[in-house]
Amino acid sequence: MEQYALLIAATLNAGTVLAIAALGLLINEKSGIVNLGAEGMMLCAAIAGFATVVHTGNDWLGFAAGMGAGAVLAGLFALLVIWLNTNQYATGLALSLFGAGFSAFVGTRYVQEKLPERPHFAVPGLADIPFIGPALFKQHPMVYIAIAVTVGIIWFLYRTRAGLVLRSVGESPESAHALGYPVRRIRLLAVLFGGAMCGLAGAYLAVIYTPLWVEGMVAGKGWIALALTTFATWRPLRVLFGAYLFGGVTMMQFHLQSQGVDIPSQFLSMAPYVATIVVLALISRNPTWIRINMPASIGKPFYPGS
Amino acid sequence: MNSKRTLLAAGVAAALVAALAGCGKKEEPKAEAAKPAPAAEAPKKAEPLKVAFAYVGPVGDGGWTFAHDNGRKAVEKEFGDKVDAKTFVEKVPESADAERVFRDLVGQGNKVIFGTTFGYMEPMLKVAGDNAGVKFEHATGYKTAPNMRTYDSRTYEGAYMAGVVAGKMTKTNTLGVVGSIPIPEVIRNINSFTLGAQSVNPKIKTKVVWVNEWFNPPKETEAATALINGGADVLMQNTDSSAVLQTAEKMGKRAFGWDSDMTAYGPKAHLGSAVINWGPYYIKAVRDVLDGKWETGQSWWGVKEGAIDFVSVAADVPEDAKKKLEEVKAGLKAGTFHPWTGPIVGQDGKEVLAKDAKADDKFLGGIKFYVKGVEGKVPGDGK
Repeated sequence: MEQYALLIAATLNAGTVLAIAALGLLINEKSGIVNLGAEGMMLCAAIAGFATVVHTGNDWLGFAAGMGAGAVLAGLFALLVIWLNTNQYATGLALSLFGAGFSAFVGTRYVQEKLPERPHFAVPGLADIPFIGPALFKQHPMVYIAIAVTVGIIWFLYRTRAGLVLRSVGESPESAHALGYPVRRIRLLAVLFGGAMCGLAGAYLAVIYTPLWVEGMVAGKGWIALALTTFATWRPLRVLFGAYLFGGVTMMQFHLQSQGVDIPSQFLSMAPYVATIVVLALISRNPTWIRINMPASIGKPFYPGS
Repeated sequence: MNSKRTLLAAGVAAALVAALAGCGKKEEPKAEAAKPAPAAEAPKKAEPLKVAFAYVGPVGDGGWTFAHDNGRKAVEKEFGDKVDAKTFVEKVPESADAERVFRDLVGQGNKVIFGTTFGYMEPMLKVAGDNAGVKFEHATGYKTAPNMRTYDSRTYEGAYMAGVVAGKMTKTNTLGVVGSIPIPEVIRNINSFTLGAQSVNPKIKTKVVWVNEWFNPPKETEAATALINGGADVLMQNTDSSAVLQTAEKMGKRAFGWDSDMTAYGPKAHLGSAVINWGPYYIKAVRDVLDGKWETGQSWWGVKEGAIDFVSVAADVPEDAKKKLEEVKAGLKAGTFHPWTGPIVGQDGKEVLAKDAKADDKFLGGIKFYVKGVEGKVPGDGK
């Protein structure tokens, strides 16, 4: 029983990195901009966060540095795609490549650094409940922050005027422009938010999840986060559960192996990706799902003059 | 998505290698040129022998490549200005790019070239065929040529010694190993670790989780977490980073350093490090070339030759375990003890090595089964 509680705990932890990045990208995409640079932003944020913690010893400063690094890269991306109207996909890919190389370059001297030891987190009172305590309440605060952010985003998108404006920009930037909304500035803010959240995820990865820095350590999590937004048909709550599902599949493959279950480990390694393809295929079979939730202008450049 | 990512990664890697190869070309500043010419013509110094290394990972991985680079430094120290061993290229991928790097190193005038991973075998063989005047040394491979030979170290001896400590230190009698890629070398290490533990504690069981990669710290972390959640309280890894040790540190369990001394990465969790010392072999190889005695062949060095050691044993390891460890080490050094001495029983209960029989290198090179006590199935053996 105990080990299932620990499996749930590990799943939530593994899903948190994906959830934070994917929630940021969700807002990003709701404004009609796709940023394929998630992986690169996460890598740069990972080294920024890690280096900050090495020098200051403060995790929260590290998270802030990661968010800053993500936002700076996202700002660069925004300048290119929103004002110079470069192709979003090509620019995003370039950002990913740049981020991978740049983070490796700056990170060379941090490869062997070690972070200070940190206390274990536990929610007072609740952590002592058998099974539920170890499963849910002995997590890093970031796990709960991810849930809070999800709730915040749902409220923002569907209950506030600003959320409505953001969505309308993503649906039809021309109409929003005609109504007098500053489409470009709104998109900039959405992209910056996406970058900052990817940055937070990257920093959490390098500071808490795998507390070390090596180049390429994000190891594809940025791409999974991008897939997750589509996987969840741009609904925040589905993004959160999708992230836990992915975290669960990742942990399950190792859990099954350690239990001596006779499934080839190579098969288990590919399981999360198979799950993505299956779900994507299922979603595409239901066009209304996509039509209701997918921002209509996604990926398309906007020329205010035209 | 994944293939796209691989493509991107390959692109980045290629760009980096190109950049690094560029850096490698930089000539050392010629100090003599600045000095005024000496009055009397000094006898012309012999050109130093140029030696180069190609590494699969970054020097800062703290494990496999780090250990190789220490070997390179040992060569520099041993031969002084007779040998120029300053050149190394990091992160050379195990692909066609490796061939380009080897050709470049030959072009720079290197006379001995070390390639430190299995995947360089074919590219190296190709370049060796075109450059008879250059000696090629390939780590962990099995193909040789008149000017290319192989070398490896008996990492299983280190795994066995780690096992002796693990067997004494475990409270749950369950050990965990994070495996990289299921090739005979790694399977042999898992078995040797288990045999070492069983030599002091017959109740030992070993759980294995494969990550199918040499170097992926987040995956290694997740695998280690799964092992600990499954009841393992002492972990060993055959991967290249320190992530498993760090995970054990975080979760209050114990683990070992692998390839290099990893004490610093998890001071509380660290039980000892099974290290590879490539220095003695590298020095011998370079000396062979200097003396004109270089011959092709295959070397497999262990504790006996000073290539394998078990170091930085934790203070709380009980005296009897330390004593047993010393006995094993002394036996290995003298050649009187062999970790693979029968009777050894396979997972299925069948005897694989009869009583008092000692495994030869051919046997050791072809181990594709688990010994009794290891749980699960060897991947790819599901016939």
